[in-house]
Amino acid sequence: MEILIYLTQQFINGIQLGAVYALIALGYTMVYGVLRMINFAHGDIFMLGAFISYYGITKFNLPFPILILSTSLLTAVIAILIEKIAYKPLRNAPKISLLITAVGVSLFLEYTLSLNAFFTPNYIGFPRPFEIRSYDIGMFSINNIHLIIFSVTIISLALLYLLIYKSKYGIAMRAASHDLEITRLMGIRTDNIISFTFGIGGALAGIGGLLYSMAYPQINVFMGIMPGIKSFIAAVLGGIGIIHGAVLGGFIIGISEVFVSAFLSSTYRDGVIFIILFIFLLFRPNGIFGKNIEKV
Amino acid sequence: MRFFLELRKLIFLALFIYLIIKLVIFSGLPTDYMIQITLYSFIIVLSSLGLNVIYGFTGQFSLGHAAFYGIGAYTSAYLSKVLEIESYYGLIPVIFLAGIFTAFIAYIIGGPILRLKDDFLAIATLGFGILVRVILDNSDRISEVLGGSRGFVGINKITNLELSFFITVFFIIITKNLIDSRFGLFWRAIKNDELAASSIGVNTFIAKLIAFIYGCFLAGIAGGLYAHLYTFLHPSNFDILKSIDFLIIVIIGGMGSISGTIIAGLFWVFFIEGLRIILPSEILEYRWVLIPIILILIMMIRPYGLMVKKEGY
Repeated sequence: MEILIYLTQQFINGIQLGAVYALIALGYTMVYGVLRMINFAHGDIFMLGAFISYYGITKFNLPFPILILSTSLLTAVIAILIEKIAYKPLRNAPKISLLITAVGVSLFLEYTLSLNAFFTPNYIGFPRPFEIRSYDIGMFSINNIHLIIFSVTIISLALLYLLIYKSKYGIAMRAASHDLEITRLMGIRTDNIISFTFGIGGALAGIGGLLYSMAYPQINVFMGIMPGIKSFIAAVLGGIGIIHGAVLGGFIIGISEVFVSAFLSSTYRDGVIFIILFIFLLFRPNGIFGKNIEKV
Repeated sequence: MRFFLELRKLIFLALFIYLIIKLVIFSGLPTDYMIQITLYSFIIVLSSLGLNVIYGFTGQFSLGHAAFYGIGAYTSAYLSKVLEIESYYGLIPVIFLAGIFTAFIAYIIGGPILRLKDDFLAIATLGFGILVRVILDNSDRISEVLGGSRGFVGINKITNLELSFFITVFFIIITKNLIDSRFGLFWRAIKNDELAASSIGVNTFIAKLIAFIYGCFLAGIAGGLYAHLYTFLHPSNFDILKSIDFLIIVIIGGMGSISGTIIAGLFWVFFIEGLRIILPSEILEYRWVLIPIILILIMMIRPYGLMVKKEGY
């Protein structure tokens, strides 16, 4: 019985982490769907989300709903700017050049912000906008941070669903992910669609950054690297380019990471995630939901 | 005949450069730190040359090169510690064994991951790099000597100018000849068009695997030299950022250019380590702001590297 309660508790923690990974993975998967590129700088958008909300709380004392809106808006603008400045000139360049540029953007953001003039490379404590309050439900306990993370994630996913499957922009985006050239021939401004995709991804990553630093209240300019890579793995796991795949992949990665830390050792958790990635790349490179995408 | 003439020219050039460096060191002007980074720059050139074979000549993008460099460093350090080697006659076989072991690891993981392409290969190699980092962090559970996350301490300082310089020159010549051989032709064919190469009967998988193994072998050798130069190893010396260092050297030097890699490697070490002698640390922080910008600009203006005009050899 003891172990069952412990398992449930860890499962709740895993879903909490998985929700953040799912939010980041959506940005990777949408950008990959449209441009066929791995946006390496996406993890840094996540980091910027954490820092922007840090300033939102400490400097401006924003109420939580406005904090979420402003963080996501700003990160969306930053993601669009990065796309316009760094990626757009390389639209017809080889894939690897785009990847290297993305690595460059990521390094630039990290090291520029780690200068002493900006945020410095040190860890900063993140002030939670709420007091932690635990609720005992039956045998296990759940706190309000969990509940906020779950509800914000569910609301964001619902909005994203409406945007992608009901709105005109969403239809154009899905068309672009099938074939960018043909979409352009159909008279759709694909450049706008690409910017829109980056914007949505950036907004979701920004929200992810805010939620993550509420759950693990320490922020640092290099905090985006590992969650970024793991979320990309989540996107690969669910089938890259597939929206609901990224969400499922995020939860799988989050839950397995928490379980490895709980039952083996937290030093092994990164290693286990990459072993999962290797197994998937070798035996099911198209991911869980992937069907007819061009094979790796 | 022409081959031997060219070879002789290269060897004479190398001897000439060696004599100059030896004279400068003998004059007593350079400090120990300057000598150390000079040796270090040869090691970096050797390892980057390995990445250039994998990425520059064969077109297989790897973000895990530092992991192989680290495997070579840890293996050779472990061997020399266990066998209690103190002279450089003993070190040469140890470094060679470390290189072979690195090549063996590359063979095991290269088999499955070289079936992937472009960005997926990048992510898989990146994942391998992080996996190696995790293993090195926990290596004290395998053997107390390896030190785990505390770092591997107390390696004998054996690497000297002769060892690092001549091993590097030796492998530069070997690599140059390999590139000119049938295998080099296969590699360049695969880089230009893998499908076309396989349609004219090149076994692309084997050729890619050989390039990968050879490149990682060079990284392992370089790692062995590094371990016995700095006498201290830490898992964080071999993480993603180190792999990106090698990548930047290959890109600045130009994909598929041996001389470019040599120049870029020397320049890089001077830029990262050498400027410490001249500039104060407040300005040095800005290096890492500048480097990504340079990288992005190179990708926009010259996507195949700074020192080659066109793709190819």
